[in-house]
Amino acid sequence: MSKTIIQISSLSKTFQTKDAEVHALSDINLSIEEGDIYGIIGMSGAGKSTLVRCINMLEKPTGGTVLFDGRDLLSLSDKELREARRSMGMIFQQFNLLMQRTSEGNICFPLELAGTTKSEAKKRATELLELVGLSDKAKAYPSQLSGGQKQRIAIARALATSPKVLLCDEATSALDPTTTASILSLLKDINQRLGITIIIITHEMSVIERICNRVAIIDESKIAEVGAVKDIFSKPQTAAAQKLVYPEGKRIEKFSSKRCMRIVFDGNSSFEPVVANMVLECKAPVNIMYADTKNIDGKAFGQMVVQLPEDEALAQKMFTYVRARGLSAEEVSGYVG
Amino acid sequence: MWDEATLSMLLWGIVETLYMTIVSTLCAYIIGLPIGILLVTSAKDGIRPCNPLFKTLDVIVNLTRSIPFIILMIAIIPLTRFVVGTSLGSTATIVPLTLSAAPFIARLVESSIKEVDVGVIEAAQSMGASYMQIIWKVMLLEARSSLIVGCAIATTTILGYSAMAGIAGGGGLGTIAINYGLYRWEGGMMFIAVVLMVLIVQVFQGIGMKIAGLSDKRK
Repeated sequence: MSKTIIQISSLSKTFQTKDAEVHALSDINLSIEEGDIYGIIGMSGAGKSTLVRCINMLEKPTGGTVLFDGRDLLSLSDKELREARRSMGMIFQQFNLLMQRTSEGNICFPLELAGTTKSEAKKRATELLELVGLSDKAKAYPSQLSGGQKQRIAIARALATSPKVLLCDEATSALDPTTTASILSLLKDINQRLGITIIIITHEMSVIERICNRVAIIDESKIAEVGAVKDIFSKPQTAAAQKLVYPEGKRIEKFSSKRCMRIVFDGNSSFEPVVANMVLECKAPVNIMYADTKNIDGKAFGQMVVQLPEDEALAQKMFTYVRARGLSAEEVSGYVG
Repeated sequence: MWDEATLSMLLWGIVETLYMTIVSTLCAYIIGLPIGILLVTSAKDGIRPCNPLFKTLDVIVNLTRSIPFIILMIAIIPLTRFVVGTSLGSTATIVPLTLSAAPFIARLVESSIKEVDVGVIEAAQSMGASYMQIIWKVMLLEARSSLIVGCAIATTTILGYSAMAGIAGGGGLGTIAINYGLYRWEGGMMFIAVVLMVLIVQVFQGIGMKIAGLSDKRK
C-alpha cells in the first residue's frame, strides 16, 4: 500500500478584485499517493492552474490545508517553504527557461540556488541531459532549441534537485501532437524509473487517458469527479466529466433515434481489428459514427461510436463481443435528452 | 588656431568630460540601480509587494526627475560645496550630475527588469529561490542586455548634461563650447568642441550596443 504524499483538505482560494470576490477554488479535497500520475483536468478558467500553484504555495490558499509528505505547507516559514519547494519540481506551458543561460546552465540553476558546488552541479546536469536525451545540447541556448527540446530541458531542470513530486502545468499544451506524445512518454518513463509522483494539469482528455492512473475533474472551482482514469473514461458520472470525455465535447444527439454503442479503448486490448471482427462474427453491419483511436506501443487507445442494428438480440451480442475483448462498451442513445 | 595651448585645452576638455561622465554614471548607478530594483520588487505585482515603499520611491523619482538639471545644479550648490569643497570645476559637477541622473537610471533599470518574463521568475520561485537570488540570478542576469542598452543611454544623457554644466563653470568640452561660442563668438572652436562631444557619444553608444548584442543569447 503506497502512502499519501499530498493531501489537500477543504482548500479554497479567493481573489479580491476591485468590486467582487472571485472564488477560484472552493472546498477542494484530493489525496495523491506516492507514485501516482495524477491528472487534474478542467476547462480553461476552472481553477486548475490555481490549484497546482496552491500545491507549491506560489499562490497562498485562503483556506484549508495542503499536507506535503506529512508537513502542513501553510505553517512553514519562508525558509522552510523554499526548502520544501526543492522537493517539488515544476514545469510550465511556456517552459520558462532562463534565456541567457545554456541548457546546462538552466539545469544547474536550481542546484546553484540550493548551494551545490559547481562541479557537482555539472555532473548532475550531464546525467539529466542524458536522461532527457539531449546530451548534445548542453551548450545550446534555449532560443536554439525547439519547443519539445525546451520542455525536455525544463523537465531535466525540475528533476535536478531530485524532487519527490513533479508538477506539470499544461506542460504539453504548447506542443504539437507528436512532440506531446514524446514528452508524455518521457514523463511516464521518469515516473516508472525514478518513482517520482507526477501531477498533470491539462485541458486535454487525451493527455490524461495516455499516462495518468488517477484523475480529478475540476469544474467551476470545485472537484466534480475523482477516480481511476479507466473508470471515469468509460463511465463518466457528472456532466462536467461527460463533456470532457465524449467525442467533440458533445453528446451524440444526431442519431438519437438509433441505438449506438460507445467503445472505449484504454490500452488493455492489443491493436486488433475489433469492429471488423465483430461484424464478421455477428454477421450484421454497423455504422461507424465516430472514431478516434491511436496505436501507442501496440495498444489501442481512444474511443469509437458505432450505430447498432435494430435487432435487440444482435445488439446484445455485439455488446457481449466487445466486452469479451477487454473493452468497455456502453449504450449512448439514452444520454440524449 | 592650432597651437599647442589650444590642443592641450581641447585634450584636457576631453579628459574632463570623460571623467565627469564616467564617475557620475557610476555614482548614479550606485543610487539608481537599487531604487530601480526596489521599484520592481515592491510593486503590486512584484515578488515582495510593499505599497508604502513603492509609492514613496515612485514619488521621489518623479519629483527629482521633473527638476530641470540646470536649476538643480544651482539649487544644490551648498551641498556640492559641502561634499567637494567647491562649486566650480569638473569634480564639483559630478554631484549634481549624479543626483539628477540617479532617478532617471532608476526608471531605466525598472523598465529593463520588467521585461523579464514573469514566468521565469515564477519558475525560480518554484525552485525555492530566495528574494536576493531572484534579483541577482534571474532579474539582473536575464535583463542584462537591456540594462546595458540602458547604461549606454544613461551615459550619453549624462554627457549631454555635463556640457550644460559648462554654463556654470562645470569644466570639460561643454565649458569650452560655451566660453568660445557664447561669450566670445568664436564659432570655430565651439564647433570643434561640439564635434568632439558627438564623437564621444557615438563611441559610448556604439560600445554599449555592441556589448548588449553580444551578451544577448535570445537570438
